[in-house]
Amino acid sequence: MNSKIDFDAMPTPDGHFGQFGGRFVSETLMHALDELKEIYNRVKDDPDFQAEFDEDLAHYVGRPSPLYHAKRWSDEIGGAQIYLKREDLNHTGAHKVNNTIGQALLAKYTGKKRVIAETGAGQHGVASATVAARLGLECVVYMGAEDVKRQALNVYRMKLLGAKVVAVESGSKTLKDAMNEAMRDWVTNVDTTFYIIGTVAGPHPYPQLVRDFQSVIGREARAQCIEQTGRLPDALVACVGGGSNAIGLFHPFLADEGVEMYGVEAGGDGIETGRHAAPLNKGIPGILHGNRTYLMEDENGQIIETHSISAGLDYPGVGPEHSWLKDVGRVDYVAINDDEAMEAFRELTLVEGIMPALETAHAVAYAKKLAKTMPKDKTIIINLSGRGDKDILTVAAIDGITV
Amino acid sequence: MNRITATLTALKESGRKALVTYFVNGDPRPGISLPAMHALVESGADIIEVGVPFSDPMAEGPTIQRGHERALEHNVSLTNTLELVSAFRETNTTTPIVLMGYANPVERMGYDAFAINAKNAGVDGLLTVDLPPEEAPRLTDKLKEQGLESIFLLAPTSTDERMDKIVSLASGFLYYVSLNGVTGAGNIDTDAVNARVDLIRSKTDTPVLVGFGIKDAESAKKVGANADGVIVGSVLVKAMGETDNQSDDEICAVLKEKVSAIRAGLDSL
Repeated sequence: MNSKIDFDAMPTPDGHFGQFGGRFVSETLMHALDELKEIYNRVKDDPDFQAEFDEDLAHYVGRPSPLYHAKRWSDEIGGAQIYLKREDLNHTGAHKVNNTIGQALLAKYTGKKRVIAETGAGQHGVASATVAARLGLECVVYMGAEDVKRQALNVYRMKLLGAKVVAVESGSKTLKDAMNEAMRDWVTNVDTTFYIIGTVAGPHPYPQLVRDFQSVIGREARAQCIEQTGRLPDALVACVGGGSNAIGLFHPFLADEGVEMYGVEAGGDGIETGRHAAPLNKGIPGILHGNRTYLMEDENGQIIETHSISAGLDYPGVGPEHSWLKDVGRVDYVAINDDEAMEAFRELTLVEGIMPALETAHAVAYAKKLAKTMPKDKTIIINLSGRGDKDILTVAAIDGITV
Repeated sequence: MNRITATLTALKESGRKALVTYFVNGDPRPGISLPAMHALVESGADIIEVGVPFSDPMAEGPTIQRGHERALEHNVSLTNTLELVSAFRETNTTTPIVLMGYANPVERMGYDAFAINAKNAGVDGLLTVDLPPEEAPRLTDKLKEQGLESIFLLAPTSTDERMDKIVSLASGFLYYVSLNGVTGAGNIDTDAVNARVDLIRSKTDTPVLVGFGIKDAESAKKVGANADGVIVGSVLVKAMGETDNQSDDEICAVLKEKVSAIRAGLDSL
């Protein structure tokens, strides 16, 4: 790794992370992106904006989230000490709300009264519907028809929160198609609508602002780790779909050379089967959803269908900053298969009484493998990005049980 | 002179409006595309815009999305599209051809390779929906080296500053998007479109054509009265999609009927 990289210098003013990122959208949206960039640049260092954001995170989201030493599980594994950054304890049950709180504040500055969002597992949809309810904004959430089926609980939550959920029937009927449809809505209603993108992908400035809003995770974890263990952690582990929880944990540690980082992609049926959602492991750089990044595509540049047990990781692309962090060698991107994630879901639930989301379970599974290779005086932090209540029906179906 | 500029200059000199027709290569089946191109020309199209199928056509409304999906069921690719243009050029060396699509297939082929292959196939220009001027120069430089035109979109939301930037990069013609929305959407506000076309004209001599929401002779006339021409897409893609089980001749007859009517409308101006 090149220790001279200035991680805070990315993205460049035009939104690039090396060859990645940028703004690849139709002309109709460019002015809205310019406007958003201008507003964000104005408020991001404004103490009043930061104070309002921090206040909401403290009193509405419930931050700081705890850093919990999973002693029993660490003892069972017999290697490194594992700490869980408990984003599952946030209001709405995942890290997603950190970002929607921030973007809702930005929406207020634009004066737009309608918000839209795409969602995979439904956590970002719920978090968007939640902030919209609180601010009295109209909210439309696009969700792949396949995901509407496998995340029925979150769909109903969004409806209770007053949002309209649109099931997207095109393409693979998952997160990618939901994002296409949200972009189509935005291009049609750009004068009245704020698009709350849920991950560190999309056109600039979204990858930057979502990262900045999520970086509260890593800032807290860094301070909490030093307070509890007297030093920095040795490794960080987070799951990567679009990559917002991972970048949130990683970013404040990027300049800390001794801290190793592992982004865990969805291996689906196994990387070797081709049925997975691991573009950083098996993809090549391309252009989708407004940015250049690693993608899963065929030899003609068509985006291919992905496979993962977890709706939130079932995406053929990834945030451009992750693509860059892979290429500069700062973060290792690995994969965990569906069955390994299921096993980790059950194990953490039984051993620590903490039920992770299936997305998060990928990070849990990899951290266990990693911990075994490390001595007991080393420390790993897992971003426990979401709780698993939403996945109970999926798990029950695998067990052959109708709840 | 590039075929696009030659054609548009000749039309202007004879006081006629340009008719650009769009279809998706391989929709609804690969064999239809070559006869369809000839049918479009025979019924009055001045420029053929060939849609390159893409898995995630974000700027398209439901009609053209279906067209891309139907073509992809036959795995129709950018390479196949260049082959189609080569086949068309065996008998037609004058009608300009513009490829319209998304950045990723071009990215995958490589900008250098694409520019050379497109030139060799007989393509005249490229419109990449998701390559705004900020991201386009690496590709437009390669196109220019091969004498290919770079068509850019201008939108109702484009500021004065953005228009200047786009006008300076664009060649062939400018594609003014008549409304905020996806292809095939809603009704056009003719007065608003005319005002924008005038503004663009004040900045450039490059012809300004208008697309999105042109459905028939009437809407073509309204817009064509001021602009240099119109681009028609969804209404043709819809017609082709609905004739899936018919013969090539029958599908071409439907296309000819639609295009002839729009041609007649424009020629009555």
